[in-house]
Parts: sequence; structure tokens; C-alpha cells
Amino acid sequence: MTRHLALIALLAALTAPAAHAVEYRTVLPKQSTIHFEFRQMGVPVKGGFKRFTTQMVFDPAKPEAAHAQIEIDLASIDAGSAEADDESAGKLWFNRSAYPKATFVSSQIRALGNNRYEMRGTLTLKGRSRDMVVPVTYAPGHSAAIFDGSFILKRLDFGIGEGLWADVATVANEVRVTFRIAASGN
Amino acid sequence: MSRAMRYSTLAIALHWLIALLIFVAFPLGVYMHELPLSPDKLKLYSYHKWIGIMVLLLAAIRVSWRMTHTPPPLPAGIAAWQRHASSAVHGLLYLLMIAIPVSGWLMSSAKGFQTVWFGVLPLPDLVDKNRELGDLLAGVHKALNFTLLGLVILHVGAALQHHFIGRQPFLQRMGWGKKERT
Repeated sequence: MTRHLALIALLAALTAPAAHAVEYRTVLPKQSTIHFEFRQMGVPVKGGFKRFTTQMVFDPAKPEAAHAQIEIDLASIDAGSAEADDESAGKLWFNRSAYPKATFVSSQIRALGNNRYEMRGTLTLKGRSRDMVVPVTYAPGHSAAIFDGSFILKRLDFGIGEGLWADVATVANEVRVTFRIAASGN
Repeated sequence: MSRAMRYSTLAIALHWLIALLIFVAFPLGVYMHELPLSPDKLKLYSYHKWIGIMVLLLAAIRVSWRMTHTPPPLPAGIAAWQRHASSAVHGLLYLLMIAIPVSGWLMSSAKGFQTVWFGVLPLPDLVDKNRELGDLLAGVHKALNFTLLGLVILHVGAALQHHFIGRQPFLQRMGWGKKERT
């Protein structure tokens, strides 16, 4: 009897961490956001994208096996004003009729400790792909985990704002992109 | 003309400086808002806002000067109704020199574009981004400006009329012409 109890206790101890382990793969779009901020004549301008889809798999116990893929519908842009939203669709900016989506596909995720991670991947925008390194923090929660990240994108690397708009004294080259992805476990 | 018939040097300097800035900012405002979006348009908007904040600052100094000093009296022989009209127009001009830049500043905030003076000094956004409020303030800014235009025409017209037709030494009050010894 005592042997059985000991065995049960041992089993419970072994299975307990497994019971807590969650693999996050269901993204909650309503709680997920993508924003950006850039400077125009020294004035900070905020914007964002309302529609994007995220596919991800993340198990905090196996971060190296994690994967994320984001596809952004560029037509859902808020570029700060209705005038700028319209302008951004044009050839000099996103050339949206030819390139309606932006995509990010992760290639490697590395744990840095303290729920901080480094995500490497490829961002494709306007037909141009660039490797990016994105720091991400992970906040476990009861119903959903939150993944926050922020990085600087150089718009001219992707030909965003060509021709007369290439002047970075008017519209800065650096665009800070900030995202929050909420995901629940299986 | 005796010194007492003239505004002080500070008031004269502010009068002409503000006038010059308004004569640049007003047509700039009319011109720029019809332009298609371009880097030049963004630059002109910024210059317009920077000039507007300069006007606000100088007008604040000017109004404080006016509240602590008595302006030179109007020449004798000005009809009572003209004295009343003159003081009403001047009061409104002072008010608009403050209200117009403030309405522009608020409009800019409501439209989601903070005013950053000369691209370096951020002014606080006193209202949040709000499209309806932005459109409303744009209408207010425009109406105040066209009121200003009407008053400036009256103001300049009256000064010229009194000076050249009434042959009263009017323009000297604002430092135009020879400064006579007291």
C-alpha cells in the first residue's frame, strides 16, 4: 500500500510539470495589435494595421521549436490620417495593388532568460525580403499568453516611400514597429 | 510728434513683426491645404505651425504690454464713434492674435499631429486625436482667420484714411516716418 502511494506520488510529481506545460498556438486576433510610429518633420506620427493573421507555435519549455508567421493586410493601414492612408497605397509607398500583403516568417527563436526571446526571421514587404532580429517578451497568463515585441524598420530598405518621398529629413527612415500577439493554449 | 503720441519701441517692434508673420502665415495656410500630399506640403504645414506659435508667443508679450501700458492717445478731432470702433477693433485683433494660433494648435492635436516647434520643441497635445473635433476646429480656425482678414482691412484702411485723407499724423504712432524730438 505504501509502495503504491509512493508510486502515485512519484507519478504525480513527474506529470505535474507536463500538466502545466502549454503550447500556445491559437492566436486571439481581438487582443493582438500591430502599431508603428515614425517622425514626420520631427513630429511623431502613430499608425497601425487592423487586419493581420498570425500562425504560431510556442512552448516555453521548447522555445527553439517555436515558430511564428504573420501576414498583414496592407489595406487595413492607419497611417495617421485619411490622406496618408490613401497616399500609402500608391506606387511610391506600398504599391498595394502589386503587393497587398506584408509577411514575416520566423527562422529561429532563442531564449535569453527572464521570459525574453530573440526572434530571427524574414520580413517581406513590397517584394523585398530582409532578415530581421526582433526581441520578444513572453508574459504567461491564465487564459492567454501575451507576446510583446518592438523593432526598428528602415523604410528605405524596402522601398517604402521612393522618389520624392525618399527624403528622410521630411519623413524619417526609421519606423518603430510594436506588436502584441495574444495566444491561448491548445 | 511728441513721444507720448507714439507707441513704445517694444510695442512698435512687436506690431510690425507680428504683422509680417501673419502676412506670411495667412496666404501660406490658404495655399497649403489644397496641395496634394507631398514632402513640400508637410514642410509648408510645419512652417505655418512654427510661424503661428511665434505669433502666439509675441502676441502674448504684446497683450501683456498693452495691459500694463496706456497706449498713446488718438489725435484730437477723431469722432467718438471712431474711437469706440477703434478700441473694439484693437480688442478683437489682440484676441484673434491669441485665438487663431491656439485654434490651429488644438486642431493639429485633434487631427493627430502634435505641434513640434521648429521640429525640436514639442508642444503638449491639449486635446486627444478626434476626427470630428479636428474638422470642427479646422472650421473655427478658418472662420477666425477670415474675421481677422476683415478686421485687418478695416484697421489698415482706417489708419491710411486718417493719415492721408484726414491728414492726421497716424502712421507715426507705429513708428512710420520721421521720429521728432520731444
